[in-house]
Formats: sequence, structure tokens, C-alpha cells
Amino acid sequence: MNNLRLRLSQNLGLWLGVLLFAILYTLYSTLHPKGWTVDVFVQNSNESFALIMVSMAQTVPVITGGIDLSVGPMMTLVNCLASVLVSGSPGAIVLGIVACLAAGALAGFVNGCIVVFGRIQPIIVTLATGAIYIGLSLFLRPSPGGKVDDNLSWVTTNALAEMDNTYHWFPNGAPAWFSTTIGKLPMPIILIVLIVLLVWLPFRNTVTGRGCYAIGSAEGAAYMSGLQIWRSKLAAYTVGGLFAAFGGLYLALQTGSGNADIPQAGAYTLNSIAAVVVGGTSLFGGTGGAVGSIFGALVLRAISFCFRVFDSNGPLGFLANPLLQPIFEGVILLLAVSLGAARVFRIKNRLTLFS
Amino acid sequence: MPTPALRPCSSPDRDAMTDAPAPFLSLAGVSKRYGGVRALANVDFTCRQGSIHAVLGENGAGKSTLIKIIAGVVQPDEGSITLDRRTVAFPTPQAANEAGIVCIFQELSLMPDLSVADNIGITAPPRRFGLIDRRAQRRRAEELLARVGCEDINPLMHVRQLPLSRRQMVEIAKALGRNPKLLILDEATSALTAADVEKVYAILHGLRDAGLSLLYISHRMHEIEALADTASVFRNGQHIDTFAKGARTDEQIVQMMIGREWRNVYPPKPQRSAPPAPALELRDIGWENRLHGVSLSVGKGEIVGLGGLDGQGQRELLLALFGVLRGVSGETTVNGTRRRIGSPAQAKRAAVGMALIPEDRKTEGLMLPMSVRDNISIAALGAMTRGIVVDRAQEVQKIDAIVAKLKIKFGQLTDPVATLSGGNQQKVVIAKWLLTGARIVLLNDPTRGIDVGTKQEIYQLLRDLADAGTAILFYSTDYDELIGCCDRVLILYDGRVVRALEGSDITEANIIASSLNLTLNAADHAASATAR
Repeated sequence: MNNLRLRLSQNLGLWLGVLLFAILYTLYSTLHPKGWTVDVFVQNSNESFALIMVSMAQTVPVITGGIDLSVGPMMTLVNCLASVLVSGSPGAIVLGIVACLAAGALAGFVNGCIVVFGRIQPIIVTLATGAIYIGLSLFLRPSPGGKVDDNLSWVTTNALAEMDNTYHWFPNGAPAWFSTTIGKLPMPIILIVLIVLLVWLPFRNTVTGRGCYAIGSAEGAAYMSGLQIWRSKLAAYTVGGLFAAFGGLYLALQTGSGNADIPQAGAYTLNSIAAVVVGGTSLFGGTGGAVGSIFGALVLRAISFCFRVFDSNGPLGFLANPLLQPIFEGVILLLAVSLGAARVFRIKNRLTLFS
Repeated sequence: MPTPALRPCSSPDRDAMTDAPAPFLSLAGVSKRYGGVRALANVDFTCRQGSIHAVLGENGAGKSTLIKIIAGVVQPDEGSITLDRRTVAFPTPQAANEAGIVCIFQELSLMPDLSVADNIGITAPPRRFGLIDRRAQRRRAEELLARVGCEDINPLMHVRQLPLSRRQMVEIAKALGRNPKLLILDEATSALTAADVEKVYAILHGLRDAGLSLLYISHRMHEIEALADTASVFRNGQHIDTFAKGARTDEQIVQMMIGREWRNVYPPKPQRSAPPAPALELRDIGWENRLHGVSLSVGKGEIVGLGGLDGQGQRELLLALFGVLRGVSGETTVNGTRRRIGSPAQAKRAAVGMALIPEDRKTEGLMLPMSVRDNISIAALGAMTRGIVVDRAQEVQKIDAIVAKLKIKFGQLTDPVATLSGGNQQKVVIAKWLLTGARIVLLNDPTRGIDVGTKQEIYQLLRDLADAGTAILFYSTDYDELIGCCDRVLILYDGRVVRALEGSDITEANIIASSLNLTLNAADHAASATAR
């Protein structure tokens, strides 16, 4: 019991993010005429996937005490690359996907190399490489377009049942246990769970991943403990690149095309930082995690969802004006961050505020 | 006192013991320069297994450099290292770790946002399928904590949540978990509570008997006497002498360390006929469950010590006075006027004139990357302005004066204060507050990790300040200091002043007894149990 409370208090930021999301999404679903249905669920998770991935990508460098301003550009680069590579025969598609993920990881690895071996502040490094990645995207896709495999695009952006409808998993038609239960799960959610289980959690529990937290907490102490600082930092940016690649790939599947959209890349980067903070990861590093950032991203998305359903005649009618959305988003963000900072009021020794 | 002839270059090994086993670690002709400063000059040094070897010397004597070279943190410019009869080189701390050399540094090597278990297991965690096995790691942490007698620490706690003394025990557990062959302790007991020190002694003796080689660095002479069987003295980057326990007197050792005649460390205390006029009076100070009804007064020109076991509210009392704590009850009177002090900024105003020399100079005392000059003037800048602009000429003049007064040693005024030795850093902290013209000086264990020579200068400085009318409230974990420096000593126990000692009553026996809240000669001291 005591240990449970300890763990709860150590992950307070995460739980605040979850709570905030639950409140906002309940509000949205209640106001939405087709709320709480699979269709709405699928649509919302599609719209959230890329931001969730970019936020997870941002989380890993932030844990080491760094930052990655190139997560949006990396996502855009992979998006454009996918619109060239992910089509044709099944073999070509698989190869294309692998190439896209590798490209993202490579972009992150380049960031990491410059940060570690160039000893330059991450904020400047990734600002510069971000511009380069956008430039490469423009080379690949001077104007929006390209092609992504239709079937793959369809199954990854719908409920799991479509997997069977498209690829005919069950020769005699889907059994009831499948189509009425897990068949209704949206694919993007399944993919996120898989990525968390197969990439994030294992990474976090390697010595290298643990090293990321150690560096963000006290780099000197980590060095004196004999940790490979360079390896952890390099891994953090590389894993970040990989997550951004998942986002870019999905964006291509979702839109069926590639688009070197510069303002969109910038917006994704900034939102990813907001999502990381709302999800309970400290920008000073050392605490938090990618799971929190998932909920941070969901909070941001839920805010914009809500703006679609406010009825101008209803009690929240004054909010129906979409021009209010940026203001509202800003207020919610401040609110979420202040909730995390509420511990200040319980602190009796002012010195602990600064450590 | 006879002056023993120093033997700077005599062979330390032959000196110490003749039929000892072959040395486990030996350094031959090791030198190291930092820029123009020679940190180690042609040093030969050996230590053997089954021995606790103390390394003594002032700050800047080369001890830290010696340790860092052995631990692979810095590389020697010249010379060779032999470990277990093989010539070795340690390019990184890891390489040294792998050879069985483990260090417990003065600056703790713990990561505050990680749990105790994570910290203990960080270098070589138990793994399953290539991933860290958290459950096994936690069990291991529990075992190691039990080994150092700290079963009370929950391994799931973040290190940030532990007080400094507990963190140091975690640090020791972490070191043991790495199965050292050579364990280096650099001021590893400076923050421990008395009870923990006993446990650590027992552990260290156990490790020695198990055949480990231990290097022990401490400024506390009685610790070295209790622990070490061999000792080496360093001065100015040179190995002065190595000798077996008991072969030299304290006076001889200290003389070797400071290189000049050892006289009384503590300045004489003034004789008073009447108690001085009070400068600072406290009534019923309480805070959370750490301070309960503390009442005391400090007179002008008086040095009042705060004693007792570590963690009995002494630090909190100083922080409460200085306006750092929120929700403090009770009354504070300064020079006869009641004051409410809600922040350090209010505490330093001319009307109050208070200064606090904090416990941790690296985080609370100094801005390490800023220059010596900026650090010294930062607290008093408000008094050196012309209009709203800082008067550079006035600033430099005041800084020069205080630097000369405190004999602070540095390269350039513009050097980052981080480049100074520990003792000089502490002098910068003191200089900073003296420039504000403080009339009430609070000191929180100001001599922790500082060499004998600088300590002596600080004691003299405190007495000079007191003679000039400053009221000083002085918390120290070192009983000798309280006895030597203070006009009165108040012992705190569980957030209360349990005893006030004055004049010849300030003895080690009395301090220890009251620290444990034992009543010896109850009748004699019942009256003095509350401070004036």
C-alpha cells in the first residue's frame, strides 16, 4: 500500500494528464451526437496518432535534459519518403516501411552524433538539422502528392475488423468472438500499444535507457557511476527519430500522400513539447516517460475535438466560435501545467523549490 | 614540543612496515599539472590489501588529484600505475571500475530523480532477456541496504526524497554492490549521523578483514584514529610521509600537513563579566514537526554554537530565521525590535542585517560558473550603486579589501568560482556576506570538507567578527569546533533546546550526553536547560 502510494506520487504528472484527457474526452463524447461509437473512436484515434508519435519522439531527448526541435521535420521527411516508397508489391511495401523507419532513426542518429561528438546544445543542433530535413522533404515532394498502398492505408486507419475484410484472415468469415470484441478496436490504438510494448518499455529497461534518465537527473553523477553517457544520448535521439518515423509513416497512410508542409512540421514540434509537459515529463530531464506524453498529446487533441461539438445554442455556446480555439488551447495548457506545479503550495522549505 | 625532522622523499613503504605483502596498488613517479598549477609532483604511493590507508593533507595538497588518477577520472602527465603486479592505465572511470576500483566521492554520485534501487544497480543491473530485471534489482538493493544497516530506506523512494545523511548511506551501499577490491572513500562520512558513522566503521573494518584495500580521506582526525592502520600525508602535491598508526603524534601529523608549526587552532575566548546586550532573540520558534518552542538569544559579540546529533532541527532553525521556511511560528526580535522575516531578501535588509552561510556551498552558496568577483559582490550589489547602475570602481575596491582580509587565493578575479579549491570557495561565500555588513551571522556547518589551515583562518575570522560586535549563531557537526569556538553551546534534541552549556561546561562529554538527551547531574543543569 505504501509502495503503491509512493509510485502514485512519483507519477503524479502522468495521472493528471490521464485525468484531464478523461474529462475532456467525456465532455466531447457526451456532446457529440454519435459519441461513444466505434466510428468516432476510430476517427479520433486516426487524428491523434501522428501527434502521439511525435510527442513520444520528443520525450526521449527531453528525459536526457535535451530537446529535439526536429521531430516535426523528421516526421515530414518520412511522410514524403513513404509517399515514394510504400507502394507496389507486398515485398516492396515491407521494404519501403523498413526504409522509412530506418530513415527516421538515421535522422535521429545524426542529431545524436552532433549533440554528443560536436558537444553543441541540442536546441541549436536540432533547429539546424530540422531545417535540413525539411529541405530534403521538399526535394522529395516539391508539391503534395505521391502514392501509398491503398489496402494498407485502409486497414491501418480503421477498426481491426477491416484487417480481415481486406486480407481475409478467416477463410470462413470472421467468428463472432473476433468481430464483436477486439475487431472493434481502432488500428491506431493497437499500433500505439504495440509500439509502447515492443519499443518504449524495452528501451526504458535497458541500461542505455536507464542511462537517459540518469543523465537528465545528474549528468556528472551518471558519468562518475561509470555510465556510457554518449551511448545513452545517441540512443535517445535515435529512438526519438524512430518514433517520429512512425508518425510520418502513419501520416502518409492516413492521407495517402506525402506533403512537405513546413508550417505543419513546426506546429507538430511545438505541440510535441506541450504534450511532453502536460504528460508529466520535466523539461529539466530525469523524470517522466513516453506513456505520459501519449496522454499529453491526447489532451491537446481532445481540446480541438471539443471545439467541433460545442452547440452555439447550448450552455457552452460562447465556445462554439472556432476563433476562440487557440486561446482556449493556451489556457488549458497553462492550467494543465499549473496542476503539475501545484506541489509548490505544499512546500514548506522554499529552498526545495530550486533543487 | 619537539620538532620532528620531515622526510619528504624517504621511501614510505620501508618506513611503514618491513615484512608487508607486495603492494596491491602502486603509483610511481606520478605527476599532474592543471594549466600552470602543479597538482601532483613525482609522487610514489602504494597501498596494500587488508588495510585501511588514510590519506591526509590540506585542500589543494593533491589528495583529490591522486584519487582521481587512481579512479580514472583524470590522466597523469607522467608516471605509471601498477595494480596487482600489472602495469595499468585507466582512461575512464569505467576502466577503473572494471579493475575493481570503486570510489565514494565527496560530491555524491547519485542521480536524484532515480529510485534508490535504480541508483544502486545503475552500472551493472541484474538482467533478464537483456532487460533490467526490476524485481531482482530491488531485492539486491534491499540486501545491500541491509548490509549497511539501512533497512529503513525504501528502495522505491527517489533519492531526491532522502535527507543528505541517508543519501550517503545509499552511496556506500551502491559502492559495495560493485564488489570493490580497492574502495576509495573521499570524505564519505562528512554528512553521516553519529549512529551511521558507527555502522560505517564496522562495515569498513569488515571489508578490511575480508582482504580489501581501502583508501580513506577525511579531515576529521578522530575518524582517522578510529579507522586507519596506515596513513600518508600530502602537501603541495608531494607525498610527505607514510607511517603506521600511532607512529606520529597529532601535532606531528598536523605540522606535516600545514608545513609550519602547529599552534592552538582556536583563538582565545574573551572573558566576560556581564552577559552582552542581545542582538537576536527568539521566542517559541516552531515549524512543522521539526522545531518545537525554540527560545534563545545571541548577544552582540557572542558566538553561540548549535550542537546535537545531526538532524535534530539545527538546520531548520537557521533556515527558519533566514526566512526560507514557510509557516514558522514564534517571535524573532532583532536589536530589540520585533521582525517578521519572510525571505532571505528581507533578512539581509540593513534593518535586520542577517547573513546565512549555507550548508551546501555548491548549490546554495555560490553560482559556480560565475566569476569570483560576481560571486563576492552579488549579495551587496544594492549598496554599491550610483543611481541604478553598479559602480564598478566601488565594487572592485570593496572586493579587493575583503579578498585581502580573508586571504582568498585565486588566479584572476574573473575566473569562475568553480575553479577554486573548497576552502577558498567557502571563503568566497563568507566574503559575500561580510560585504553586506551583516551584524548577525548564521553559519550552517561552514567547515565541512575544508582543510585544517582554512578552518583555522575561519575560526579566527569568526572571533574577529564577534570582537567587532557581530552576533554569531554557529551550527557544527564537529564537537571540537563547538568546544573551541563558542562562548555558549545550545544542544538541540528533537527540535528543542535541551541544554545550554557555558564556559568550562562546554566539554565533549557534556555535549555528547546532552546530544543523546541523557541527563547527567540532573540537578546541576536543570536550571540551564532553557537558554537565556
